[in-house]
Amino acid sequence: MQAKHTLITLYDYELSGNCYKVRLLLSMLNIEYTSQTVEFYPAQQHKTSWFKSINPLGTLPVLVDDDLTLKDSAAILVYLASRYDKSENWYPAGDAATLAKVTEWLAFADSITGSASQARLAEGFFYQLDAEACRASAHQLFRILDEHLWFAEQQNQPWLVSGAEPTIADIACFPYVILSEEGSIMRQDYPAIRRWTDRIKRIPGFTVMPGVFPAGPAQTT
Amino acid sequence: MSSTCTNLCDDLVILNQWHAIAAIEDTSSAPSHTRLLGEQLTYCIVDETVRVCRSDADTLPLPVTCAYGYIWTCLGTPLPLFELPEYLESDRTNVCAASIGVRVSAPRAVENFLDMGHFPYVHTGILGEQPHTEVREYDVEVTEDTNEVIATRCRFYQPQAAAGAEGGMLVEYVYRVPHPYCSVLYKSCPDDESRMDVIALFVQPMDEINVRAHALVSVIDKNSAPIAIRMFQQTIFGQDKPILENQLPKKLPLDPRAETPIRADKSAIVYRRWLSKQGIRYGVIPAAA
Repeated sequence: MQAKHTLITLYDYELSGNCYKVRLLLSMLNIEYTSQTVEFYPAQQHKTSWFKSINPLGTLPVLVDDDLTLKDSAAILVYLASRYDKSENWYPAGDAATLAKVTEWLAFADSITGSASQARLAEGFFYQLDAEACRASAHQLFRILDEHLWFAEQQNQPWLVSGAEPTIADIACFPYVILSEEGSIMRQDYPAIRRWTDRIKRIPGFTVMPGVFPAGPAQTT
Repeated sequence: MSSTCTNLCDDLVILNQWHAIAAIEDTSSAPSHTRLLGEQLTYCIVDETVRVCRSDADTLPLPVTCAYGYIWTCLGTPLPLFELPEYLESDRTNVCAASIGVRVSAPRAVENFLDMGHFPYVHTGILGEQPHTEVREYDVEVTEDTNEVIATRCRFYQPQAAAGAEGGMLVEYVYRVPHPYCSVLYKSCPDDESRMDVIALFVQPMDEINVRAHALVSVIDKNSAPIAIRMFQQTIFGQDKPILENQLPKKLPLDPRAETPIRADKSAIVYRRWLSKQGIRYGVIPAAA
């Protein structure tokens, strides 16, 4: 796509929802990249001095594009969309209110990570965390998310932020919602969330990760 | 919503088994904690000695054996652990691939491991792919001398049979179930036609409906780094996890009429019968007498 451009490197762990956010957008934007595995569990390679020389925070994912190193999934999504999405749909920088709404949902996604993802780490990966408290917080967030999506649907708005096309807000919120059952956070009570996750699964370029299954083909009318 | 089962185990067959609790390489001198058969355990390695005890301080150390890359312990009087001679072959790469938590009973996890029918649907593009969904006729028996379930002549088309495989191949499998909660799989080795790769599943019953699934991968593969082998296995486990967690009832029903098997489930039928015959009650719903 870009002339004389070295390939993007993603420091990646397959079972990480935060890494999955980046893999999803890379795939949807059809951007080529190389993946460098960092074994988060059980080897904890993200805590090694080797990895901390790349990211002193010791967190995943990290994306390197030429001279730029980015260490946070939301920052990476903002960057990829701003730089590589010619349609400017994924990160609609032209409108102040829309941009602020996208940013609001990026913060909401971090809250989902701080609750639903933590419960998943406790149950599947044996982190010593208060899983019960994490589940309670996640349910509060899912209730808010479900209501928001239900009202949006009434306005024929399929995505988190009003507009015909999905934004990075949808990508940022999706992974730890769809993986929530691994932390014993069941989603039967959130039908609008269910419909929204199905819509995301039908975005061209959608990819799966372990624990996430593809949607059946959409009904054609 | 999360259900933890706190009943203590009074099933002597299960109490007297060795159970894997952690990879040796993941264990240090700092005490770690886990659960086995409803009991809280503490374990560590100090001066090259593995120590495992119940977490309520004043109890005696539990029996320990180190085998196949893992620490095993027993809450009863241990029977000998099953043999896995391939582990000692010098040209193999032995990798402790993962210890992943799954909300399911141990026998359900073992039964899923034995099932080839789910490969194209759950491990799409790796261990199977449509339209190659047929499970061909295979043989299952219980060996008289070692009392193990053995399934042989299992064949399945796999697009990427192992971390080091390039392109699809018709893979031959042999399954062993030498322990109520452990299974060993031998499969065609992409690198050497005369040998078999080994993947072993050691299921640690944290309680009746929660397990840690430990995997040992023992392969003849000069090209794949251990991390590639580990990530391959973690991907497979990660794909199985939601399937297992959605199985109900979580305990494995042993009544032959409880769940309707198809021909491909032959190994599951023999496995359930074998558990019944040993009188196992933990992690199962026993058949009515």
